[in-house]
Amino acid sequence: MSFLNYLISGISLGSIYAIIALGYTMVYGIAKMLNFAHGDVIMVGAYVCFFAAAKYNLPPAIGILAAVLVCTTLGIVIEKLAYKPLRQATSLAVLITAIGVSYFLQNAALLLWSSSPKVFPNFFAQQTVNEAGKKIKITGFQLFGGQLRISYVTLVTIAACLVIMAALLLFINHTKLGKAMRACSEDKGAAQLMGINVDATISLTFAIGSGLAAVAGVLLCSAYPTLVPTTGSMPGIKAFTAAVFGGIGSIPGALLGGLLLGVIEIMAKAYISTQMSDAVVFLVLIVVLLVKPAGLLGKKVREKV
Amino acid sequence: MKTTRKILSMLMALTMIVALAAIGGTAYADGAIKIGGTGPLTGGAAIYGNAVKNAAQIAVDEINAQGGLQFELRYEDDQHDAEKAVNAYNTLKDWGMQISLSSVTSKPAEATSVEAYTDRVFSITPSASSTATTEGKDNVYQMCFIDPAQGTMAAQTIAAKGFGSKIAVIWKNDDVYSSGIHETFVAEAAEQGLEIVSDTTFADGNNTDFSVQIADAQSKGADLVFLPMYYDAASLILTQADNVGYYPAWFGVDGMDGILSLEGFDTDLAEGVYLLTPFNAWATDERTAAFVAKYQELYNEVPNQFAADAYDCVYAFAQACEAAGVSADMSREEICEAMIAQFSTMSFDGLTGSGATWDVETGRVTKEPIVVIITDGIYVTVD
Amino acid sequence: MKLNNTKRKNLLTYAVVTVCYAVFQMLSLGGNLSSTLKGMLVPICAYVVMAISLNLTVGVLGELSLGHAGFMSVGAFMGVTAAISLQNVIVSAPLRLAIALIVGAVFAGIVGFLVGIPVLRLNGDYLAIVTLAFGEIIKSVFNNLYLGLDSRGFRLSLLEDRTNLHEDGRLIIAGPMGIGGIEKIASFTAGFVLILICLAVIFHLVNSRHGRAIMAIRDNRIAAESVGLPVTRYKMMAFVTSAAMAGAAGALFALNYSTVVANKFDFNTSILVLVFVVFGGLGNMLGSIIAAATLTILPEALRGFSNYRMLIYAIVLVLVMLASNNEQLRSMLSRIIPKRKEHTHDA
Repeated sequence: MSFLNYLISGISLGSIYAIIALGYTMVYGIAKMLNFAHGDVIMVGAYVCFFAAAKYNLPPAIGILAAVLVCTTLGIVIEKLAYKPLRQATSLAVLITAIGVSYFLQNAALLLWSSSPKVFPNFFAQQTVNEAGKKIKITGFQLFGGQLRISYVTLVTIAACLVIMAALLLFINHTKLGKAMRACSEDKGAAQLMGINVDATISLTFAIGSGLAAVAGVLLCSAYPTLVPTTGSMPGIKAFTAAVFGGIGSIPGALLGGLLLGVIEIMAKAYISTQMSDAVVFLVLIVVLLVKPAGLLGKKVREKV
Repeated sequence: MKTTRKILSMLMALTMIVALAAIGGTAYADGAIKIGGTGPLTGGAAIYGNAVKNAAQIAVDEINAQGGLQFELRYEDDQHDAEKAVNAYNTLKDWGMQISLSSVTSKPAEATSVEAYTDRVFSITPSASSTATTEGKDNVYQMCFIDPAQGTMAAQTIAAKGFGSKIAVIWKNDDVYSSGIHETFVAEAAEQGLEIVSDTTFADGNNTDFSVQIADAQSKGADLVFLPMYYDAASLILTQADNVGYYPAWFGVDGMDGILSLEGFDTDLAEGVYLLTPFNAWATDERTAAFVAKYQELYNEVPNQFAADAYDCVYAFAQACEAAGVSADMSREEICEAMIAQFSTMSFDGLTGSGATWDVETGRVTKEPIVVIITDGIYVTVD
Repeated sequence: MKLNNTKRKNLLTYAVVTVCYAVFQMLSLGGNLSSTLKGMLVPICAYVVMAISLNLTVGVLGELSLGHAGFMSVGAFMGVTAAISLQNVIVSAPLRLAIALIVGAVFAGIVGFLVGIPVLRLNGDYLAIVTLAFGEIIKSVFNNLYLGLDSRGFRLSLLEDRTNLHEDGRLIIAGPMGIGGIEKIASFTAGFVLILICLAVIFHLVNSRHGRAIMAIRDNRIAAESVGLPVTRYKMMAFVTSAAMAGAAGALFALNYSTVVANKFDFNTSILVLVFVVFGGLGNMLGSIIAAATLTILPEALRGFSNYRMLIYAIVLVLVMLASNNEQLRSMLSRIIPKRKEHTHDA
């Protein structure tokens, strides 16, 4: 039974990685850049939601909406100011700019919201009163006589992850804007000749990616509620790993990569060693990439001479 | 490509000139004794550095307001990194630092204390608790308990008071502080007949999900979980244990102090947690109450032991300076000798314990730790 | 003798490094250098070597590496271990330092070779992520490694301290606590010599037959392969050289401080070195040197801004990237520069 519990923890952690990885993958697929500031957009989203919900006592839905709005705007602004002028530059130049933006967001957050950790409220807990008349919170439910526990956050995270992926796939495969995105990711020049507004499409990608980051931030901090200015950086790197794991640029790949990474991380801790779990995770990644050099679901690009 | 390079090199040259021009500036004398310190004011460990900086500033302002002895305090950011701590230390040296509050965290303090030893700057660290910080340096002292002592005291307390018998330990295995306490705790627990049933770790890269560590402790029937770590990680463990309905006794050390002032933290979760700490912010004595009120007024949070130790450091300086007749026009070497003579003999009453004395050989402090239990959201001393 | 362009550029690089060394050494000996700058001379040398060695991988070989700090880590730990073990055997500090640097370089080179076997089979971003993964694995290993020395020789254990050293033994690497109590034997002169050696090795490699092969692989791997170049061998040559230099840099860096921990050499350090390389220009060694020195000094120089320091650092980073890639600024500059040349002719 403990195996199932670990599996559920792994899937829960993996779903969060997956949502972050979706943002990475979308931006990579269309703009061909590694947006290292993505993790920090997550952190901003979490802070916005924290202040809306915990400070101003707004309902959670409004808090999440505010986070999505702020992050979407932030994503568009970052793209306009920092990445757009570098459209013609090398991908390394953009990478370094993204790192600069990441430092900027972290240090701005430190100045604005101080270094003291904030504890994120649990939106998915029920307030009840137990037999002794004491107020308690119910954070999940139990199966098999208490042996298997699933928290509401886990359920919401997994559901959110699936819904987001389905929506993204529908959007990309069945709408006009989605078609424009696919065209841009194949060949920007040709897309422009076909009358597609490439700049607007890239902006839209950033907007969607950053909106997803806000949702990921709220879910991340609901499950693991300590919020500091560096909250986003490590999950960001892990999610980037997950995106590559699944095949960067591929949306189902990001989901699969994220879930697998989460499960492997928890299983490595449970059955191998808590001390070496990160090493195990990265070792698995290396092995996978050696067997499938373009990731699990990545397209193998034929090199043309 | 060529022009890119040209613009870059021009920009580089410009930055270089500005950078070189900005560095430097040497000591100037005025009426105040210059105290310097380094700590993480930005980055992941910034909470500790800022707590120390804020509290030290309060103490300096209070002492200056009394007239007489005057201090000037300057804190430089070291981002919890030995290399940057040495840079920060050197900046302070250029500024004319006469006595030092060393560094806030252990590894940076180990690096800067070697410099302070060579330069003969008297140092006392509020919170760098590794043994290597003071080892072999006659002018480096500590205000906090050393890590091994905390591990030993924790095991002894648990055994003596019967808080638990089957123990689980969760510690951070890329952290000097946590691993230092863990090592001696495990050794002393064996001496005391405590059984360690679960011993698990986490690190910077995976400090969010503790489900495995908690499940391990729970499945092996641990009735007490020892948490030698800082309060941000501890709060996550308490929350996640609550999620799975695991309620053992919890025992933390001084790094856990501060958990109640976490913004948004449900203090019910910390109910019944034992802490081995030198400082109780809810103590009713006049000095603690005044300090806590002042800190809350200025920084809007309850000060933790980092803050209290820093406050004490500055007052210990004041006591020693007055006793030795140290004045601002003395060189740092002269002050160093005078301070060593004072610290090796004096007894100091502060927020973190009365009658504190220092060991001349090791620079370690001797004071009484207190064990508190969190009850109704405040600390209550356990007798 | 007529010098070609490359040779002139290489000589200029040596000259700049030597002049900088001479100036700072003189200032330092004359007591005219602030403690801050004096304390940064050795780390700057280490970062310069890191930058030029990574430039070999990124600029010359054309492969993005995100785990360069891992090799620095190997060099640091192994170099310091060598220095500590030889403390009683070799009295001369410079000699011990030289041995430590060589040991660091050799071990990093070996690790570079082992890492290179899988890594160099991949391309582009997949290669980058695998180097990142190796960097993290190396960090994790050193965080859990215990290495002691006693009369029986070296004792090694992983995860927990089971070295069971004799009374006379010394635990050198203590897992998460890293190495403490290091005798600081690194010097600015040693750093300068190391930079010169690395530059010589790189210039020699780049201007040789092998170097041209490596650059041919960078520019068009398939074409290079089709004319029969052993691609993997050349890639490996550049990668291992780069790793070994990083190892020497790590040893130099670690021997400048009394303590070293594995967490110092994390992803952020790899990224920092990558920033130096991109700032200085891919394949441009002089650029890397200047960028490494400037960007190491910059955060210290910004201390006057106290809390806003790192924020300003980030803004400078972004602005420099934007400015150096700005079309208008470029065309403006190309209009100004010829004019200025005419002007000097007139005068």
